[in-house]
Amino acid sequence: MKPRNTLFTLARRVLAVSLVALIFAVNGGVAFAAEEAAVAPAGETAIAPVGQPAPVLTEESYPLLGGGSSRVKVWIVAQLHLFFAAFVLGVPIFVLVIEGIGMATGDKRYDAMAKEFIKISMVAFSFTATLGGILLFLLAMLYPDFTVYSLKIFRPILIAYALLFFGESLCLYIYYYGWEAMSSGFGKWVHLTVGLLLNAAGMTLMVLSNSWATFMMAPSGVTPDGAFLGDVWAVMHGPLWNPINLHRFIANIAYGGSIVGAYAAYKFLTAKAPEEKAHYDWMGYTANFIAVVGLLPLPFAGYWLTKELYAYSQQMGITLMGGIFAWLFIIQALLIGAIFLGANYYLWLGLVRVPGGEAYRKAIGWMATVLLVCFLVWFTPHTIIMTSSEIKALGGAHHPVLGALGVMSAKNTAVNIMILTTFLAFLLYQRAGKIPKVGWARGGNAALAALFAAGAANIVTLGIYGYYIPANIRIGLSVPQVFTTLFVIAAASLINGVMYRGASETGPTRWGDMPARSQYALFLLAVSFTWLMGLMGYVRSGIRQHWHVYTVFRDYSPDAFTPTLGYAANVVSVTVLIFMAMVIFIFWLDNFSRKKAAHK
Amino acid sequence: MKRIPKLALTVGLIAAVYGLFVAVFTYILHLPVPASVMKMYMFFVTVVVLLVMTSNEDSARELVAPLEALVYQPRLRRLRAAVFIVAPLAGFGLTYNVTRPTLDAPLELRTVHPAPPNSVKVFGKTYNLLTLENPYRAKEKSDLEAFRQAVEEGKTVYFQNCHYCHGDKLDGKGHFSGGFNNPLPANFTDVGTIAQLQESFLFWRIATGGPGLPNEGAPWASPMPVWSNYLTEDEIWKVILFLYDYTGYAPRVMKEEKGHS
Repeated sequence: MKPRNTLFTLARRVLAVSLVALIFAVNGGVAFAAEEAAVAPAGETAIAPVGQPAPVLTEESYPLLGGGSSRVKVWIVAQLHLFFAAFVLGVPIFVLVIEGIGMATGDKRYDAMAKEFIKISMVAFSFTATLGGILLFLLAMLYPDFTVYSLKIFRPILIAYALLFFGESLCLYIYYYGWEAMSSGFGKWVHLTVGLLLNAAGMTLMVLSNSWATFMMAPSGVTPDGAFLGDVWAVMHGPLWNPINLHRFIANIAYGGSIVGAYAAYKFLTAKAPEEKAHYDWMGYTANFIAVVGLLPLPFAGYWLTKELYAYSQQMGITLMGGIFAWLFIIQALLIGAIFLGANYYLWLGLVRVPGGEAYRKAIGWMATVLLVCFLVWFTPHTIIMTSSEIKALGGAHHPVLGALGVMSAKNTAVNIMILTTFLAFLLYQRAGKIPKVGWARGGNAALAALFAAGAANIVTLGIYGYYIPANIRIGLSVPQVFTTLFVIAAASLINGVMYRGASETGPTRWGDMPARSQYALFLLAVSFTWLMGLMGYVRSGIRQHWHVYTVFRDYSPDAFTPTLGYAANVVSVTVLIFMAMVIFIFWLDNFSRKKAAHK
Repeated sequence: MKRIPKLALTVGLIAAVYGLFVAVFTYILHLPVPASVMKMYMFFVTVVVLLVMTSNEDSARELVAPLEALVYQPRLRRLRAAVFIVAPLAGFGLTYNVTRPTLDAPLELRTVHPAPPNSVKVFGKTYNLLTLENPYRAKEKSDLEAFRQAVEEGKTVYFQNCHYCHGDKLDGKGHFSGGFNNPLPANFTDVGTIAQLQESFLFWRIATGGPGLPNEGAPWASPMPVWSNYLTEDEIWKVILFLYDYTGYAPRVMKEEKGHS
């Protein structure tokens, strides 16, 4: 269906964007607006508590279930629940946007792709719910006192949670099963509205359950001994709630994109017909785009979360970034680097399918070099493992050059340049095979080159300047670095977009003409994202150390210790393997149902 | 000019980067890259070079062609046999070298930033480290003369007690510093030490010394004395003032960083 006029198209686009903005405003915005609302951190209030103090337990207070550690059982189930939850919350966000784009442009392919995306999340939705139920049972069985304590505090929002879950399920089923019935005219608007409601319910569920996790990390609204003060809003609105909300909102989009990317790759590799390969190639490309778009702002949301965490508790902050968990951040850096490399590699290979893409091949070596240098800086540890002979050769345990790369000035600089390089790869892909018709194309290219050079120079200069100023000012430098990156991305998109409007093409994109290894890059993204979430999820939860609720409700179970990093990494890796097996089952199920349908 | 075959180019590039690291760090800077870091560096250098070399079909085919030929070509029978004998032996040698017992001390995965407790008990009192502030800090604005006097007294405390290890330039290179291995005395002029910390952290570290370090990240092997046994509370606060004054850094203040509060 072709749009009737430009104004109408514009109105539809504005609506599509507004829908997404509204979801965020409904959920996050309310919380942001209430930033100055009274928060009662533990120990800073004279209000009489309405609840009992947190119980003092013994080892006998923790019933056992079979052999093995109770913590590991809860850990694995909770993590699996969160993997699926992130996926089923992320997918409807971009499905709604894609459906909106399809409606605005009249291109039916977007609509079909949006429907296929949501279809994948249907089975995942029931897995999420099932795992959530198992998690609740496990908590009640293995940690009864903690569960009762939490439920008493969060009682006012439990009914809302149950109703929202019911509403989300209802919206999801109507949204999916009503896709064809509401595919045109007013029905399409109704369908979009159902999609919006689905997202609103899902996001509200997420922010509610986030408040449980953030309460355990940074309790508010209770006395120093854990007695509830009676205001559940004060409990929910702790210092880490909004940073986690934002971080998870963005991460869900990136994660959802990476998993549907893996689905597209699976389908591409198993497809036989060229049309089918072309379809899943396009789907994989779109999914990779979504994952990368979600990934780019994620480090900044992470910085905000960590900054608030440091501000809440120096002990927690140092344990996290400089203490026992610091090495997990090196693994995090490696995985993020692997994601950047995978995403870039996919874009480089994408030039194969664009006639005229060869012209940009020369740039690949340079972009790879910049990425590599930044990547090496990004994961260089501050504290380096050395043998005694290496320590002697250096004259100490501190490496004067490499040690300097271990601080945030170097890391921030490296990640911003990596983001810009990834964006450049995307920009070159967009330009491949197109010849601009505007007379100022040469000037436009010069402006783009100058923009990137000036942006990179500014980021590097700020990074170097950071070494000469105190920490509290240095932390502030990450803001202009981020804004430089965002400005370059916005300005370059604008210049490039205007320059290539109405450009002639050297030939149609050969969708499906991609080597198999490009699809493994998509798998790499999905696995790396999952692993990353598992490791960082452990870190987020683990920095409470021997507390159920940090500083107010002590953990007296036999597991009240911080496991070794190797042990934690093993548990996370096993969880990732289980999750991936379940995801492959979902993918296989889709192929299986199609085979049956074809057979009939 | 004859084009270099892709496989040779790949191996050459990886070797060149390795050579560059060795030349710059070992021979020019005399600061060799530790093996643990070098392994990570070279792994990703290899990955990136391979990604670039396989970023289009022609290049990827050219890269693997000699390897395919080695496996399939009948005329390369002798070379194949040699590679299939030498490669596993090389793997065996590598594994043997990595796993064989040595007389070297075991590696230490030490955390350099000990996380402070929420409170510390010294001088017969319990101090809440989350809220503890230097009592002299406010004088920097209210009574500059008294502040300068406190800094001067802190300087005296430093040179009477601390400079033997931490150095007269506060750079961690005092007379005794050569006698320590790991950890070395802290270099206060480094942006990574006191510039990143609150004054309450320094108070805890100075007052409780090496024995007061947390169990997490042990063994610490720090010979720092428990200064609360030798200095007064007042002297500790003054020496902290001096450390920041001399280095020009400002102590980290969390409340200011929160911004919205």
